[in-house]
Amino acid sequence: MPETTPTTMHVKLKIKRFDPAEAGGKTWWQEYEVDVHPDSTVLDSLIEVREQNDGTLALRCACRASICGSCGMKVNGSAKLVCKTRVVDVAPNGEQLTIEPMGNQHVVKDLVISLDSFFSQINRVEPFLQPSFVPEQGEYTASNDSMENLLTSMNCIMCGCCVSDCTVLEVDANFIGPAALAKAWRFTEDPRDSKRDERLKNLNDEDGGMWDCTRCMKCVEVCPKGVAPMDRIMELREAAIEAGNTNTSGYRHTESFYNSVKKNGRLDETRLAIDSAGWTNIPRLLDLAPIGIAAMRKGKLPPLMPHKSEDHKKVKDLYKSVEDEA
Amino acid sequence: MKYAFYPGCVARGGAPELYDSALAVMERLGIEHVELTKAACTGAGVLQEKNLKMGDILNVRTFAMAEQMGLPIMVLCSTCQGVMSQANHRVKRDPEYLAEINKHLAAEGLEYKGTTSIKHLLWALIEDIGLDKLKETFTRELTGMNMAPFYGCYMVRPTEALEFKANPTRETSIEDLIESVGGTVTDFAGKTACCGFPILFINQANSMKMVANHTGTAKDLGADAMVTPCPLCHLNLDGYQPKARKQVRGDKADLPVIHVPQLIGLAMGMSEKVLGLQKHIVSTKEIVRMAEAAPAKV
Repeated sequence: MPETTPTTMHVKLKIKRFDPAEAGGKTWWQEYEVDVHPDSTVLDSLIEVREQNDGTLALRCACRASICGSCGMKVNGSAKLVCKTRVVDVAPNGEQLTIEPMGNQHVVKDLVISLDSFFSQINRVEPFLQPSFVPEQGEYTASNDSMENLLTSMNCIMCGCCVSDCTVLEVDANFIGPAALAKAWRFTEDPRDSKRDERLKNLNDEDGGMWDCTRCMKCVEVCPKGVAPMDRIMELREAAIEAGNTNTSGYRHTESFYNSVKKNGRLDETRLAIDSAGWTNIPRLLDLAPIGIAAMRKGKLPPLMPHKSEDHKKVKDLYKSVEDEA
Repeated sequence: MKYAFYPGCVARGGAPELYDSALAVMERLGIEHVELTKAACTGAGVLQEKNLKMGDILNVRTFAMAEQMGLPIMVLCSTCQGVMSQANHRVKRDPEYLAEINKHLAAEGLEYKGTTSIKHLLWALIEDIGLDKLKETFTRELTGMNMAPFYGCYMVRPTEALEFKANPTRETSIEDLIESVGGTVTDFAGKTACCGFPILFINQANSMKMVANHTGTAKDLGADAMVTPCPLCHLNLDGYQPKARKQVRGDKADLPVIHVPQLIGLAMGMSEKVLGLQKHIVSTKEIVRMAEAAPAKV
């Protein structure tokens, strides 16, 4: 008997449901099984559930081609555009898929979240061009190179996947978030914008700004469009430092790290802690003391005078050759 | 197997028990190593915020040293692993950039050709030694011990630079190790999240919430200990656990956070002292007692 290609695929789904109409809102897990075409996406399977099994399941989608950004959801714990996610890639052996609404955002019903908090984050960065003048005639042109540089961030379709899985937003709703920071970068890098310094200063100074990112890379991993928000945040920090913003713990931390390696070839952990707190910030320094004492009692306080790597002078020479080049 | 050994700043500083336990375990396994004492810090992603190229130059210098020795690099730290993997990934796909970096290294007589691989001890044990071979060195079966994995961001993201596709076991490496010693995995969603260490000195309130959430959740789910391949995660999850748990959850620090080689050492029957378990901030007494009471491996 020649092998035949199967015409259907069996998909098992475990979906987190939420009904706001019940008193206080009711949350429960519900399992479904559907048969779909073997090439189907997770979205195809969910639509099949809604159309064939359970018309009360709420989900949002539109383009089905990863352009509109409507169908962000958590699949097995990670945010994804379900229209871009093929079932065979996430459940190659017919495993049950766990589907939840995106995180860090208000759930309206079942898999539908409200975009209100997402857009209030975006609005904090004044997401529009603020040129210093309006051309008397014609378009406001910019070079191809400068626009190509912006493509990474301009690919953002505002799906909210990065916000969903951000580990800082999980503990601090005031954080401006990866999507808004990537959007801000797009304007600080646009040669037509006249507010670069102000934008950098605001994002540097404000609570929940650029220095609150932990560099966990979740946003880089889950972004379906290659925006790599965290990489943009790192570029914002570099630009903010270059523009002279030196009033944050984040800046002192980076600077101390950079200089520690320059001087010792290695990290001086004790110095890093003190530098980051700020040498004149007595409350913050006192706050470090009990931890230092506890570590000392266990015989593991980092040395007060750092070990240097052998050949640390060669590291210093390297720093010099790089700095001279710049 | 022989490695160019890069222990990293923290194993030589704030977490000396990691260095000691790693050496003890490597010796028992007959893993040869030459320590890269001339290598610089990776920059930990922090130095890179100020000057990415400087960071890449420092790391490529280390890769070139190992390449000259003809050895793969072994690290003990998720952050070292991730930062090195990312730098290697960048220069290997961009020959012009690598040539530019090599120019800076010429003064030291170094040139990187792009052949060095970087492996955390955890990966090396699974991929190069093999868990079956590792198990042969165990003298105890740590049954009844529930352990929660905690990876450290840099060990799991970005998956492309970490070559997860070519090495699928990397995704479940801690779980596989826990099972190999006879323990039970306490699975929890926070295992691949941030420990809060990178923002400890920048936004301590957020950092403490992360510490309290991860250690508290794992404990609530029944974990006796947490196992991590990252000494930075360890510093925060262990060192700041008393403060975080009190401040955020109003309870006490009760979850020991142990390093990967300490877990292996316990299964090999090594003592608390050899593994430096007495140097932890959160008491490890209970898990040492459990390991000592564990049945001998037959």
